[in-house]
Amino acid sequence: MARVTLDNISHSYHANPSRDADYVLKNINLSWIDGGAYALLGPSGCGKSTLLNIVSGLLIPTKGQVRFDENDVTRFPPEQRNIAQVFQFPVIYDTLTVFDNLAFPLRNLGLPENSILKRVTEIATMLELESDLSRRSASLAADKKQKISMGRGLVREDVNIIMFDEPLTVIDPELKWKLRSKLKELHQEIKVTMVYVTHDQTEALTFADQVVVMQDGEVIQVGKPEDLFERPLHTFVGHFIGSPGMNILPCDVKDNIALFFGYKLQLEGPILKSTGHCEIGIRPEFIRFGTEGIPAIVQRASDIGQHTLVQTVVNNITVNVIIKGPPPDPGAEVQLCFDPAKTRLYIDRRIATERLQ
Amino acid sequence: MKTQNQRAWIFVLPVLLLVAFNALIPLMTVINYSVQETFGNNQFFWAGLRWFEDILRSERFHAALGRQVLFTITILLIEIPLGVIIALSMPRQGIGVSLCLVLMALPLLIPWNVVGAMWNIFTLPQIGLLGWVMNSLLGISYNMTVSPVAAWITIIVMDVWHWTSLVVLLAYAGLISIPEAYYQAARIDGASNWAVFRYIQLPKMKKVLTIAILLRFMDSFNIYTEPFVLTGGGPGNSTTLLSIDLVKVALGQFDLGPAAAMSLIYFVITLAVSWLFYTLMAKDEQ
Repeated sequence: MARVTLDNISHSYHANPSRDADYVLKNINLSWIDGGAYALLGPSGCGKSTLLNIVSGLLIPTKGQVRFDENDVTRFPPEQRNIAQVFQFPVIYDTLTVFDNLAFPLRNLGLPENSILKRVTEIATMLELESDLSRRSASLAADKKQKISMGRGLVREDVNIIMFDEPLTVIDPELKWKLRSKLKELHQEIKVTMVYVTHDQTEALTFADQVVVMQDGEVIQVGKPEDLFERPLHTFVGHFIGSPGMNILPCDVKDNIALFFGYKLQLEGPILKSTGHCEIGIRPEFIRFGTEGIPAIVQRASDIGQHTLVQTVVNNITVNVIIKGPPPDPGAEVQLCFDPAKTRLYIDRRIATERLQ
Repeated sequence: MKTQNQRAWIFVLPVLLLVAFNALIPLMTVINYSVQETFGNNQFFWAGLRWFEDILRSERFHAALGRQVLFTITILLIEIPLGVIIALSMPRQGIGVSLCLVLMALPLLIPWNVVGAMWNIFTLPQIGLLGWVMNSLLGISYNMTVSPVAAWITIIVMDVWHWTSLVVLLAYAGLISIPEAYYQAARIDGASNWAVFRYIQLPKMKKVLTIAILLRFMDSFNIYTEPFVLTGGGPGNSTTLLSIDLVKVALGQFDLGPAAAMSLIYFVITLAVSWLFYTLMAKDEQ
């Protein structure tokens, strides 16, 4: 059990990185408290798996330091870090039984058989694998195999951190949420720091207390799921999280007033700076149809469960609106009202308004 | 619809003809010979199962079979572990891969009788490199035309040199198909090198190794060309393996009946062992 600190981590797969573009990770600073549930969220190729491998010791970063509590473990091999990692595809020792698979890390430590038996039984009960213990693991279905890989991670006592690298990729949809809630339950039960890497926002937002959003090797925002949704600090986060994502609309700033095609917009708070490329960000959930707003034309509407997603256009710019109740007909003229508290200005993709309390 | 089904025969016919001429008809001829006796002039007399009884009781056959089994077991015991060890130590990436693969493939590309001839010259006591080094440089008496032990060592070393590459290539193919995640997981689980080999590499190589063992068993059990060119079965009968003995009976003595019976017994042994082996391995798979 330890607090994990990533201090100025940069990594390049080139032997002699010279340019910024050579780095797949750029100046990552993160701190994970003991027992937390974290998610690394980002599109494929953003560096999240590389970061994971640096924490587990499979990779040594080009620059920076990894610390478990106060100990510098940057150059420690994985076996000395007492960590666990679950991979995208279930990694199991085919020829061994489920029991022997779970016992494998303990036997490598040379523990006595009776304490292995006790610990394995305990973990198997937790994962609901008791009835399969004597079966050969090769014969099991993908979700059980993935449970075994999780179990191998959990079986060592005092594991510093357990990392999951898109563990549900090969699991059937209906088992996905089952395994996901199992994971959440396990986390509450054993209170080990867990880091979950995924490109699926639902998985990240449901699992984690804190989500780290990454893009192009950089951490864009770290926050609670509701913060990421409510107040994205970067247009990428706004766009990436939510379905559909945030509306990112072109705008001009004149005399500290944001204008969208000449219409004055009220923002959440004062504008912090005014030079650069300006955009307005507002989630479809926070726009409604009113009588005094920006005129728009309805293009199409689609049913997304309890709500309706209405696509409208303002001067050829698409604005998504999510409403309750029956949608207007395509071609209808509507007026869009933006909720001022949820309307934010982004300059050069970063947030440029201050929230008023 | 029936006429359409019949048309399929046209497509199968070439293969059937080919198999008939290179396998079925010769096999039928052999079966035919094995139950008859001939004194030349194309005259044949019914002999029943006499040749089979004779062969199975013959000490000469027992001796040849014994030598054959010894040879096959020895080369399997050397080539399979050695092939696996070489495959494990080969590089997984970089320029070394192609270099190793080409080097490994070389012995396999040499025609069998050339292999025999090469080793024959290589081991000549006066002018062969190996023979000269052993006799003149190291002072170890080594002459495979005189010493049965030397002859045995030579044919075994030759077979190992010739065929270990096949095991290496198959094992290597098995090894590189193991995803990197397995090695990473094993490192995280704190597995030793031996545990990685025992629980990851060996199980993943099992299928290709089954094929390797099967191929090496069949090929070594039927080996003829290389030892024939190298030792001709000598000195004495010390390296007369089954196939060499069979040719001696059939072409040297022109005893068609006994030779045919011997080939059938030989064939059945090879088939039975291969089948048994394969069934056991396949059963273990489940």
